[in-house]
Amino acid sequence: MAMQFYASPEQVQRDRSEYARKGIARGRSAVVLTYSGGILLVAENPTSLRKISELYDRIAFAAVGRYNEFESLRRAGVRMADLNGLAYDRRDVTGRALANAYTQTLGAIFSETQKPYEVEICVAEVGASPEADELYRVTYDGSVMDEPGFMAMGGQAEAIAGVLRDRHDEGSDATAALRLAVEALGSVGGENGARRQLEAKQLEVAVLDRTRRGRAFRRITGAALTTLLAGGEDVPEKQPGDTGDAMPPGPAAEKPTVSAAPVDAEGLRGAGGGGAESASGAGAEGVSNAGDKTGDEVNGDGS
Amino acid sequence: MFTNAGTSSFTQFLSQAAPELLPGRRPLPPGMAAGVAPHATTIVAIATTEGVVMAGDRRATMGNLIASRDIEKVHPADAYSLIGIAGTAGIGIELMRLFQVELEHYEKIEGAMLSLDGKANRLAAMVRGNLGAALQGLAVVPLFAGYDLAPADPARAGRIFSFDVAGGLYEETGFDAIGSGSVFAKSALKKRYRAGVSTQDAIRLGVEALYDAADDDTATGGPDLTRKIYPVVMTATAEGTHRLTETEITAIAEQVVAGRMENPGG
Repeated sequence: MAMQFYASPEQVQRDRSEYARKGIARGRSAVVLTYSGGILLVAENPTSLRKISELYDRIAFAAVGRYNEFESLRRAGVRMADLNGLAYDRRDVTGRALANAYTQTLGAIFSETQKPYEVEICVAEVGASPEADELYRVTYDGSVMDEPGFMAMGGQAEAIAGVLRDRHDEGSDATAALRLAVEALGSVGGENGARRQLEAKQLEVAVLDRTRRGRAFRRITGAALTTLLAGGEDVPEKQPGDTGDAMPPGPAAEKPTVSAAPVDAEGLRGAGGGGAESASGAGAEGVSNAGDKTGDEVNGDGS
Repeated sequence: MFTNAGTSSFTQFLSQAAPELLPGRRPLPPGMAAGVAPHATTIVAIATTEGVVMAGDRRATMGNLIASRDIEKVHPADAYSLIGIAGTAGIGIELMRLFQVELEHYEKIEGAMLSLDGKANRLAAMVRGNLGAALQGLAVVPLFAGYDLAPADPARAGRIFSFDVAGGLYEETGFDAIGSGSVFAKSALKKRYRAGVSTQDAIRLGVEALYDAADDDTATGGPDLTRKIYPVVMTATAEGTHRLTETEITAIAEQVVAGRMENPGG
């Protein structure tokens, strides 16, 4: 049996902290800042896996670090918010309660498990005015800080926060706020300390819109983001989903609603023709990829 | 429990975290329970060229008594779909709230909306969960309609789904109605509905159909001119869901009533 060496609790904590800090510093950064129209969340993220998302009506989540770890925290936050919103009322879901839940979870993970989470998260709640906005930073060990209108996480967060500290103005509009966020993110990581010019496809941008009733979270993607980066105005889309991000899966092939079989097994002619009423098996010769199964006793016409 | 990987479904999460919040999971004492709680009545839905229209009367009854004159039974399920409820009002409202959270929850967790068929299937599963209570007299049957953002046939973007107490799901063509007055509402619609009706005309048709239902069914309330209580009418189109304002519905209801003054049969 291997000998168990003694390690003091201080040493264990220090090792875990160092491990988590290193992990977080390796990743790309994200910034969150308030502006006149709400709260702007910007992450340097060229992938389609999200670092920023909606938690509830006026609350958003941003994270840096290990994806699987902050994704499970994000899901937990959505679940808790939706559960409390249903059991009490939508107004009773607050950013502070969610930040508290996150500190409890991360604190327990840090002190009780072998490996701490390598994540840093932000819970942002938009208020009626920039002074009423709340930004909570929750770190890997469960400490929580109430940030003053702006914050940077991950990578070289200190240097980025320095840029924000000098130039942040909560009265600025969306265009100016995004310019500041992008310049702050681009101020680090260049060769020989040079600035980087970040483009639309390297950025994930979302806002908590102060003026919007109900769900205030909206993503700024595609053409809207390019326009805003070039100095244009922030024009909200009419409905959630218009940016294409929240769109449901593509067009359904026509088949009976009640059937769970794939459309080729239904024996209908190609999508758009026939319809649920045509007899099953009738279109067997018209379906080339249906294989030998088409046209037998598969009958989905239950209605 | 909150951080468990897996399901994107809120009801499935609730079945582990808080099963008492699911209507079908509560133990009921044996025996029939019909008549202990208010009943919600008639809802109609009509497919239009732009989407769908759903309208519901405002009455809830308990036996021969009127339990509520101004209950609201038509609600948005999400940004592009509508749900109306008939049957035991309490369970119906609970089911409707749960369904709204279910859709929003999925959207937030997955970052994308469910397809319209997916939404209808989720609702069918939730109705099925209530089968035990339904057999004891606490049945609830919803009507679901929405604008399909990715339809198989672009000319039929407005779609209507009906359900039975056992969780059966049926897609309807053109129009449908549920609740005690549905027989009369459907008869009225059968004669007046034409495919390709505009949203504006369909709103009028819906209010007329509810008037016909109220005419022959005591559990359905007609337009209440003295108290200014009119049907709840909602639309779901490419622009999202919209509830007709007080002014809009007042104008339409007054037209319908004025028309019936001359010809009570409509």
